[in-house]
Amino acid sequence: MGLENIYTELIAEESRNPENRHHLASPTVTLKGRNPSCGDEITLELEVENGVVKDASFTGVGCAISQASTSMMIDLIKGESVDEAKRLSEMFLGMIKGDITDDDALEDLGDAIALKNISNLPARVKCAVLSWHTLDNALEEKKE
Amino acid sequence: MINDAQEFRKDFPLLAQNMNGKPIVYLDNGATTQKPESMIHAVCGYYGGCNANPHRGAYALSVEATDIYENARERVRKFINAKKSNEIIFTKNATEALNLIAYSYGLSNIKEGDEIVITISEHHSNLVPWQHVAHAKGAVLKYIYLEEDGNLSEEDIQTKITEKTKLVAVTQVSNVLGLVNPVKEVADKAHSVGAVVVVDGSQSVAHMAVDVQAIDADFFAFSGHKMLSPMGIGVLYGKEKLLDAMPPFLMGGDMIEYVEEQTTTYAELPAKFEAGTQNVGGAAGLTAAVDYLEKLTFDRITAIEKDLVDYALPQLRELPFIELYGCDTKRDNKTGIITFNVKDVHPHDVATILDAEGVAVRAGHHCAQPLMRYLGQNATCRASFYFYNTREDVDRWVEALKKVREVMHLGA
Repeated sequence: MGLENIYTELIAEESRNPENRHHLASPTVTLKGRNPSCGDEITLELEVENGVVKDASFTGVGCAISQASTSMMIDLIKGESVDEAKRLSEMFLGMIKGDITDDDALEDLGDAIALKNISNLPARVKCAVLSWHTLDNALEEKKE
Repeated sequence: MINDAQEFRKDFPLLAQNMNGKPIVYLDNGATTQKPESMIHAVCGYYGGCNANPHRGAYALSVEATDIYENARERVRKFINAKKSNEIIFTKNATEALNLIAYSYGLSNIKEGDEIVITISEHHSNLVPWQHVAHAKGAVLKYIYLEEDGNLSEEDIQTKITEKTKLVAVTQVSNVLGLVNPVKEVADKAHSVGAVVVVDGSQSVAHMAVDVQAIDADFFAFSGHKMLSPMGIGVLYGKEKLLDAMPPFLMGGDMIEYVEEQTTTYAELPAKFEAGTQNVGGAAGLTAAVDYLEKLTFDRITAIEKDLVDYALPQLRELPFIELYGCDTKRDNKTGIITFNVKDVHPHDVATILDAEGVAVRAGHHCAQPLMRYLGQNATCRASFYFYNTREDVDRWVEALKKVREVMHLGA
């Protein structure tokens, strides 16, 4: 696996994209996600109303893969229902684990398909999935 | 040239391997060193020819295993110049040795309101156990912070250690900054107020001559795997008087004298602290490692590491996108550890890109999160040399660094 397939221009640029990197005015859920082994840490903020993720943002520090993955995730889930966000999360985790490989089946992930090659880089899988696991936990918390 | 490392490299089978299709440049010696063939043979020789449970069997093999184990203790005693071999306790690693001190000495001697003083540059293994003791006993945990150049603050050494201080824990070499700390000075100050001093030697024993009596350490801990030995064998040195008065840490076989239904009397040192079947194969490897290091001599090891640092630093300083930590010490105390960042690129991405070039470095918080926070960094990269590294390794590393920003689409 060449690095050019991991650090694509899209991933590199998305990792530095400031658009989703801010606080929300009135988040309904705020949850920290951490990779203890690397010290990467993101805080995900969601504004969920009537079963819809009205707005989402994040703050924190981490490698390009974790930051790009987080930013792309927020683009995907904003405006979607909680159920749809969960479905996308399941699809993304399936892609990174290598369980779902067919690009057609991953179409709904949009730009986040660019992270598919991370499944060939076991040392970095945890970076790609950090925000998605955090999202799952945040949505669970919301339900309770 | 001072570095005739090619001569040593043939002793290390792993260094002949490729990583990602390129000859490996192994610069993660602070995490664990590679192993010489003589050490690997010693471990294989033990398991292939002398394996038996020491101390118990009344047969020749068991006696031989006991000899190998006790010989290792005597070799380690000489290696760090302890007074007596029963002051050498074998453990799993430095972490277990430091926990032994914390649980056994710490919990029995530290009382509410007492103070424990450690430094901000401690590895978690010489930090978290002291937090635990402080929380458990209601003691106060105080930190010695750093000067601008990364060295321990002289003022803090003199003012943080007070009449209330019962224990001072300090690393001899920081695993992040790579600077040798003035442990003798810290020990003198600790002793002047009646405190004991715990020295973490994990990053020092493999790189410089250590004399536990000269530095007047009450306790000294290190791991074998960071000095050519197998993983799973470590050492705790403690002054006999202190060890004698301490309660056992782990209970079970081999550490007893007499067991009744309700009570037990414990064995003498060092057996009191070595419960259960010990790592005799690891001890055999440790002996071979000490043999290797003593034959090589620390004069040569430190000279080689110094040459590599002196060769690397000017090249790194020429790269405008490299940030260095602990490389501007005002004292002559820099070891072979260079901690750095590439501007605008996260250390994990740097490590992945170097990995693709066959260069192994560590990235992350280096088990020193409080120090990272103190330095204002979330994470860093670390290259750590050993005597088998060469100037060519440095060249390969520097060349790989030049590619990092390009791979990240940041321009050169």
